[in-house]
Amino acid sequence: MTPAATGRAPAHVRPFSMGTTERWIWLILLVIFAWAASRIDLTWARFVLGLDGAAKFVHRMLPPIFNPREELVKGLWESVQIALLASAAGLVLSLPVGLLAARNMMPGWVTWPTRLFITLCRTFHPVIVAIVFVKAVGFGALAGILSLTVASIGFLGKLFAEAIEEISMKQIEAVRATGAGFANVIAFAVAPQVMFRFIGFTAYEVDSNLRNSTMVGIVGAGGIGGTLFAAFQRFDYDFVLGIVLCIIVLIMVGEVAQIAVKKVFRQ
Amino acid sequence: MSAQLQLRGLVKEYVPGKPVLRGIDLGFGGAALTAIIGPSGTGKSTLIRCINRLVEPTHGEVLLDGTDLVTLHGDALRQARSRIGMVFQEYNLVERLTVMENLLTGVLGRTPAWKAWLRRFEPADVDRAWQTLGTVGLQDFVNARADSLSGGQRQRVGISRAVMQDPMVLLADEPTSSLDPKTSVEIMDLLRNVGRERGIPVIVNMHDVELAKRFADRIVGMSGGHVVYDGVAAGLSDEVLRTIYGGASWLE
Repeated sequence: MTPAATGRAPAHVRPFSMGTTERWIWLILLVIFAWAASRIDLTWARFVLGLDGAAKFVHRMLPPIFNPREELVKGLWESVQIALLASAAGLVLSLPVGLLAARNMMPGWVTWPTRLFITLCRTFHPVIVAIVFVKAVGFGALAGILSLTVASIGFLGKLFAEAIEEISMKQIEAVRATGAGFANVIAFAVAPQVMFRFIGFTAYEVDSNLRNSTMVGIVGAGGIGGTLFAAFQRFDYDFVLGIVLCIIVLIMVGEVAQIAVKKVFRQ
Repeated sequence: MSAQLQLRGLVKEYVPGKPVLRGIDLGFGGAALTAIIGPSGTGKSTLIRCINRLVEPTHGEVLLDGTDLVTLHGDALRQARSRIGMVFQEYNLVERLTVMENLLTGVLGRTPAWKAWLRRFEPADVDRAWQTLGTVGLQDFVNARADSLSGGQRQRVGISRAVMQDPMVLLADEPTSSLDPKTSVEIMDLLRNVGRERGIPVIVNMHDVELAKRFADRIVGMSGGHVVYDGVAAGLSDEVLRTIYGGASWLE
């Protein structure tokens, strides 16, 4: 038996110990938190003052009303349309973009520009992109569709590329060995491996677009957000609450639909 | 229809100056089953993959019926590849496709993309796939997904896919290394039969020397990127095995 088999573990063996860097990071976070708390000027008096305003606001919200009904329904329906069209366009465009960005399928000089493009699509919040499109194509749903399409490419393109990069190259090798060309390799070795994940990502993106489509209206890009903003401007707080409740129901319906789609396509 | 496959001066360097294959000269023809044996890392898999250009040889020629495959590009390369069947250690089936769909991938080399994308395969190919499944005893699993099969069944599908290519040569890269001993024998038997029935050379990389002796008409021993033995199984003495694998204690 070697001496090591009976001896004590040497001093440098310290399982679960915190490294110096780690300690510093925690300390720095603590300092930042303390500084931010001291700066924000959150006093009890200010809080009570705010409560008073909130109480008035809530009082004026109740009971919620759902009129003008036509305006409400039109806004909601437009939001749904924006979400679905943007998701569809985003999906169609993200398929080639995702493939071009996958480092296991494409050479570096293709993947780098494509990845840059995807990153650009993700850089700005959809509302900011919507402002640009409202300036470019005018007020209305088209600006909303375009801005959410950009957001969808940023999201789906990235996830598609990552899914393609994670596939088994053995299956690719085998299909290549049969003499299959690039297009056939994509259809028979890549697509079967990623199809179900793509469906899941797309369902999630529809859900996400639905949320965002209720917001782009604030800057005039169509949908229920515009109705909501107008109601705020008019101090119609009871109508505001009605709109908010409708949005909550809409998002919940979207969530249920998303779960149902994923269930159907599981595996 | 027996093809002549000639390897001439085949060299492969993954890293310049460090060859894995150091000038391989081998000829294959007729319906013989050739087993390539040798220690891990000696270039057996590389050799097999140089034949269908899944790996690019650094120097040398791969002549299939007189055509040097090393010079081919694009369509011509794919045409040549479509006539070289290949069987893999881990089967490399497309897991989410069915058994029938996996067999049909064997004809992708001569199916235009638009037809393949629309899943429009020739009825004759589908019939042939059905018959091939009959010969490997898997007709009951025709619509089962590949990832639901056992190892032995998967390898049968792998071999069937290669058969669908109507190959002039059949390559197998350690086809039995992931299988139990009984299934290994069945798979080797199947490979030998495919070669005999179609009258094509079968080239098999393997680790199991006893299995190689039992099934191979010819054994090629490799060591350090060279061919150090080329002959019948009976000639594989302990002396030769020491040359191939080095050391002696494992032989006792």
